Amino acid sequence: MKILVTDQDGKEHELEGLEGWRVMEIIKDYGLPIKAECGGACCCATCHVYVDESWLDKLYPMREEEQDMLDEAPDVRDNSRLSCQILMSEELDGLKVTLAPGSEID
Amino acid sequence: MSDSKNNHHKTDVIIIGAGPVGLFAVFELGLLDMKAHLVDILDRPGGQCAELYPEKPIYDIPGFPVISGQELTDSLMKQIEPFGPTFHFSQMAEKCERLENGNWQVITDEGTTLEAPVIAIAAGGGSFMPKKPSIPGLEDYEGTSVFYAVRKMDAFKGKNILIAGGGDSALDWTLNLQPIANSMQLIHRRDDFRAAPDSVNKMRALVEDNKMKLHIADIKGLNGANGQLESVTVQPKGEEPYEIECDCVLAFYGLTMKLGPIANFGLNLHENLIPVDTEKFETDTKGIFAIGDINHYPGKLKLILSGFHESALMAQQAFRYVYPDKKLRFQYTTSSSSLQEKLGVGDKAA
Repeated sequence: MKILVTDQDGKEHELEGLEGWRVMEIIKDYGLPIKAECGGACCCATCHVYVDESWLDKLYPMREEEQDMLDEAPDVRDNSRLSCQILMSEELDGLKVTLAPGSEID
Repeated sequence: MSDSKNNHHKTDVIIIGAGPVGLFAVFELGLLDMKAHLVDILDRPGGQCAELYPEKPIYDIPGFPVISGQELTDSLMKQIEPFGPTFHFSQMAEKCERLENGNWQVITDEGTTLEAPVIAIAAGGGSFMPKKPSIPGLEDYEGTSVFYAVRKMDAFKGKNILIAGGGDSALDWTLNLQPIANSMQLIHRRDDFRAAPDSVNKMRALVEDNKMKLHIADIKGLNGANGQLESVTVQPKGEEPYEIECDCVLAFYGLTMKLGPIANFGLNLHENLIPVDTEKFETDTKGIFAIGDINHYPGKLKLILSGFHESALMAQQAFRYVYPDKKLRFQYTTSSSSLQEKLGVGDKAA
């Protein structure tokens, strides 16, 4: 299982996906710069990512809580998600995301 | 417990940060007869537990299969009550200096000065500060036309105000400032608000009555000169951008943690964390300790329980600085009558 993550500088990284892990945790565990300050509780919007359009339909739809939290992220787009709310599974093998504004570490 | 401002206070230990670890440090210090003053930028205790996830369940606090951030904060406040800590809320520890008498002095952004032989930095991820939108040239207007908080309502009297955001702060200030503003407009990225439904209804009623305007769009640009805003360019979804005339913007996009002035305390830093030893959790500067999420040592885990442990060991060494001539005796709360007396449970039969 893989995920492809483009960092804030535009560089793409191939990460080993871990079944049942939150995408935010996989990115953090790999060592890419992601603030994720609330630790995955959907409380801070600092794990903001843009999901590659071709993967949007395959994701579990956003809950109201996530939509609300996105209000605090800058530059929200139609493909914006909080990566702590995406659980890795076989169906998402190959998922492509880009670290979005608000996720950067100061 | 008291809350005080604009004063000089002398105490045993200055704790920077009133999150769970700072609060528990009051307990561990208190058992060893040390008094504490706490400084926190938030207006209430609890730190991240109170600001980020008050309602979220935490599952890894020893002895509590599940407890919310707010419940944990409330319990800690109750636990430290016997030790009468003094809180300096809504203030940021801005400067730290060594006095001639060997004590440390911490000065807050409100001008409060705290003096003590020991400082315990329990600042977590740093100070909670407003999240800023990513708009080009934003810095040119900050403090003159763009604000992230309302310090004095009067400053906004008669202004053409644009408020940005969809949470309680945005909606509350929209309602509070609308009556004194020359014009009031609210901008939010979607026509759905996470603020209290009652405030949202009141705002919509004002829009109905033409007393204010609501824009569903993102701010893309600021227009003006010399820090004085004249209008903002906004982008509604799938439509042409347009301009909104206003002379100030109040942006409410929540808070995020930044290390802040602690970076200038003269301590060694390792990737925005403060290195400490694992015996006393003391920094490379004698008398200054760092406990909880803000510290760094080999094997560090950012867990509340680690911070609790660190508080206990910090207190042992702090005692040696506060009472250099006294002998430290290690005692258990279960058996020591003197500890039980401090906790106000002293006359119970063993």
